Amino acid sequence: MTANSLRVLNPQSAWAAEDSAAPGAEKKKTKLVPVVRTSYLPERDADKTPILECIDLGISFGGLKAVDNFNLALGRTEIAGLIGPNGAGKTTIFNLLTKVYQPTHGTILLDGKDIAYSSTEQVNRAGIARTFQNIRLFHNQSVLDNVLIGLHNEMHYTMAEAVLRMPRYWKAEKVARERAMEYLSLFHLEEHADEPAGSLPYGAQRRLEIARALATNPSLLLLDEPAAGMNPSETAELMENIVRIRDTFQIAILLIEHDMNLVMNICEGIAVLNFGRIIAKGTPDDIRANPAVIEAYLGRKGAQKL
Amino acid sequence: MKKLSISKGTRSDLLTCAGVILAFVVVSALKANGGLNRSQAGMLVPVCCYIVMAVSLNLTVGILGDLSLGHAGFMSVGAFTGIITAMSLAEKIPSAPLRLALAMVVGAVFAAVIGFLIGIPVLRLSGDYLAIVTLAFGEIIKELITCLLVGVDERGLHVIFNFNGSRNANDLNLGAAGRVIVKGAQGATGTQTIATFTAGFILIMITLVVVQNLIRSRQGRAIMAVRDNRIAAEAVGISVTRYKMMAFVTSAALAGAAGALFGLNYSNLAATKFDFNTSILVLVFVVLGGLGNIRGSIIATVVLYILPEALRGFANYRMLIYAVVLIVVMLTTNNPVIKSYRDQWQQKLRREKGREANAA
Ligand SMILES: Nc1ncnc2c1ncn2[C@@H]1O[C@H](COP(=O)(O)OP(=O)(O)OP(=O)(O)O)[C@@H](O)[C@H]1O
Ligand SMILES: [Mg+2]
Repeated sequence: MTANSLRVLNPQSAWAAEDSAAPGAEKKKTKLVPVVRTSYLPERDADKTPILECIDLGISFGGLKAVDNFNLALGRTEIAGLIGPNGAGKTTIFNLLTKVYQPTHGTILLDGKDIAYSSTEQVNRAGIARTFQNIRLFHNQSVLDNVLIGLHNEMHYTMAEAVLRMPRYWKAEKVARERAMEYLSLFHLEEHADEPAGSLPYGAQRRLEIARALATNPSLLLLDEPAAGMNPSETAELMENIVRIRDTFQIAILLIEHDMNLVMNICEGIAVLNFGRIIAKGTPDDIRANPAVIEAYLGRKGAQKL
Repeated sequence: MKKLSISKGTRSDLLTCAGVILAFVVVSALKANGGLNRSQAGMLVPVCCYIVMAVSLNLTVGILGDLSLGHAGFMSVGAFTGIITAMSLAEKIPSAPLRLALAMVVGAVFAAVIGFLIGIPVLRLSGDYLAIVTLAFGEIIKELITCLLVGVDERGLHVIFNFNGSRNANDLNLGAAGRVIVKGAQGATGTQTIATFTAGFILIMITLVVVQNLIRSRQGRAIMAVRDNRIAAEAVGISVTRYKMMAFVTSAALAGAAGALFGLNYSNLAATKFDFNTSILVLVFVVLGGLGNIRGSIIATVVLYILPEALRGFANYRMLIYAVVLIVVMLTTNNPVIKSYRDQWQQKLRREKGREANAA
C-alpha cells in the first residue's frame, strides 16, 4: 500500500508544530494532516478516502490512559469490528468519535475533515450515528416518535410553520412518518409503532436504537454491543440485518461486540483492544491466529495451554 | 401501511380546545344573565391569566423538564410593559381592544427578550441549580421594577431608574398634560382597566394552539428528547441549547402576554404582586395538573383558583382545607404504588385491545 510510505513522518512532532503555529480561528480550518495509514481497507474502498481515520487518538482520565495511540482507517462501505476484554476502552473510543469525550490527543478525520472543534450534535450531522451499550431510548415516547426524533434534521420547517400548521408542516410530517415506518419495518417493529419505547422487549429496544440511528442518515454507523441480551436466533437475524443495512445504504459500520461468532462472520476488518491500546489489527483470519489476541482473552497461562 | 388519520394526540388537543370554548360560552351566558356575583365576575380575567401562566410554565417544567421558579418575573415584565404601552397610547389609539392586543404583544416581546437574556446563563445549569437561579432572576426583575418611574406627556415617554430611592415622580419633569404611569414601589397607578374576559379567552386559545402545536412538531419532539435523554438527543443531531432556549423563550413570551392582560385588569398594581409566592402558586397548578399535561394544568388552575373563594364560608379553615387537598392530590397522582398499578392496568387494557383486533 502506498500509504505505508508515509510512515516515515513522525505523527507526534507533526502535531506539536501544528499546535504552536495556528492560533484561534485558523485552527478551525480543516487540517492538512499527514496520514499514517496502518490499516488495510477492503479492496473496493481502497481508492477512496476512508470515511473515518483516527490518528494517534488518546484520552486519559486522571492518570488512567483509557485509550492510547489508537490508529484506524475505515473504508466507506466496510463493516469493521472492535473487540477486546471488558474495560479495554472500546466504548470510550465511541465516545471519542462522537465527541461525548474530548480527546486528550490525536486527530479524528471524518471523510477527510477534522472534527476536533465539532460538538456531538455537529458530528452526527456530519455523518456519525451511534447506538449505546446501555440502551438510551426516549423511553416514554412512542416507538414511532423515537425514529421521528432521529429524522429531526431531515425535516425542514420552522417553529412558526409548525405552530400555524402551514402546508410545509403537513407535507414534511407525512413524508417523515412514511420514512419512519420504513425504517421500523426494516427491523420488524412497525406493529409496535404506537407503543412506548420502554415497553419493548430488550432485543427490540436494541433494534429500535439502530433504526433511530439510521434515520439520521449517517455515513458511518457505530454499534455498541448490538447483540447484547439477544438470543441466538435474534443474533442471527441481526447479523443479516447489519449486512443488509450496509448493502442498502452503502455506509460504513463499526461495531463493538463480544459475540465472536458475529464478529468473525460479518466483519471485514477487526481491531483488538487491550488496556486502551490496539494489540492486533487485521482480517478475521489474522485475528484468529494472533497469539497476542488469544493471550489477551485467555490470559498468559490459558494461552500457553492451547 | 396505516392510514394517516387524526392521531390520538391531536384528538386530545382538539378536545381540550373544545372544552375551553364550551366553558367560555357557558360562563359568558351566565355573566350576561346576571348569574355571577361581583366577586365571581372579578375572578374571570385573573383565572384566564393564571391558566396561560400554568400552561406556559408547563412548557418549561413539564415538556422541557427544567424546574423554573421565576415564572412570575416574566409575568411582571409583561404586566408593566403592557401597562406602559396601553397607557401611553391612550390618546393615539382610542379603541380599547386594539390597545389591549397591542399591550399583550409588547408584553410578550419584552418578556421573550428578557427570557432570552436570562436563558443564556440559566440554561447551562440543570436541576436544583437552575431552579435557584431562576428564582433569583425572578426576584431581581421584581426589585428592578420597584425602582421604575415612568410617565408620559406630549413629548413622549419619560423613564427613570430610581436605584437609590432618592427620586420621585416629580423628577420625571412631565409637561402640563403629563401623567405618571408607574410610580416606583407603589407600582402602576390609575391604570385604565381595559382587560376583558373575551380577551382572556382568546389568549388561552392562542396559548393552546402555540403550545400544543409546538409539542406535536419536530421542534417539540426535540425539546422532549432533550428532556428524556440529553446524550441520546445530542447523538441524533439535536442542538440542546437551541431547543432549550426555544421552549424557555416561548414560555416567557406567553407569560408576558398573560402579565399584560393581568396588569390591565387592575387600576393599581405593585411589582410585589409578582413575587416568589406567585411563581410557586403557578408551579403548584402545573404539578397538580400533571407535568406535561396541558389539559391538567387548565383544570388544576380553575379548581385551585376557585376553591379558596368557594371555601370562604369556612373562613378559618380555608387554607387548611386547601393544603390538605393539595397533599391528597399529590399523593394520589404521584404515589409510585398507585402509578405502577395504573400502568399495569393500562397495559392490560392495551393487550386486550390488541387481542380483539387480532381476533377480528
Ligand atoms: N468518564 C470516565 N471517567 C473515568 N474513567 C472512565 C470513564 N469512562 C471510562 N472510563 C474507564 O476507561 C476504561 C475503559 O472503559 P470502556 O467503557 O471504554 O470499556 P469497554 O471496553 O467498553 O468495556 P465493556 O466491554 O465492559 O463495555 C475503564 O477502565 C473505565 O473505568
Ligand atoms: Mg463498553
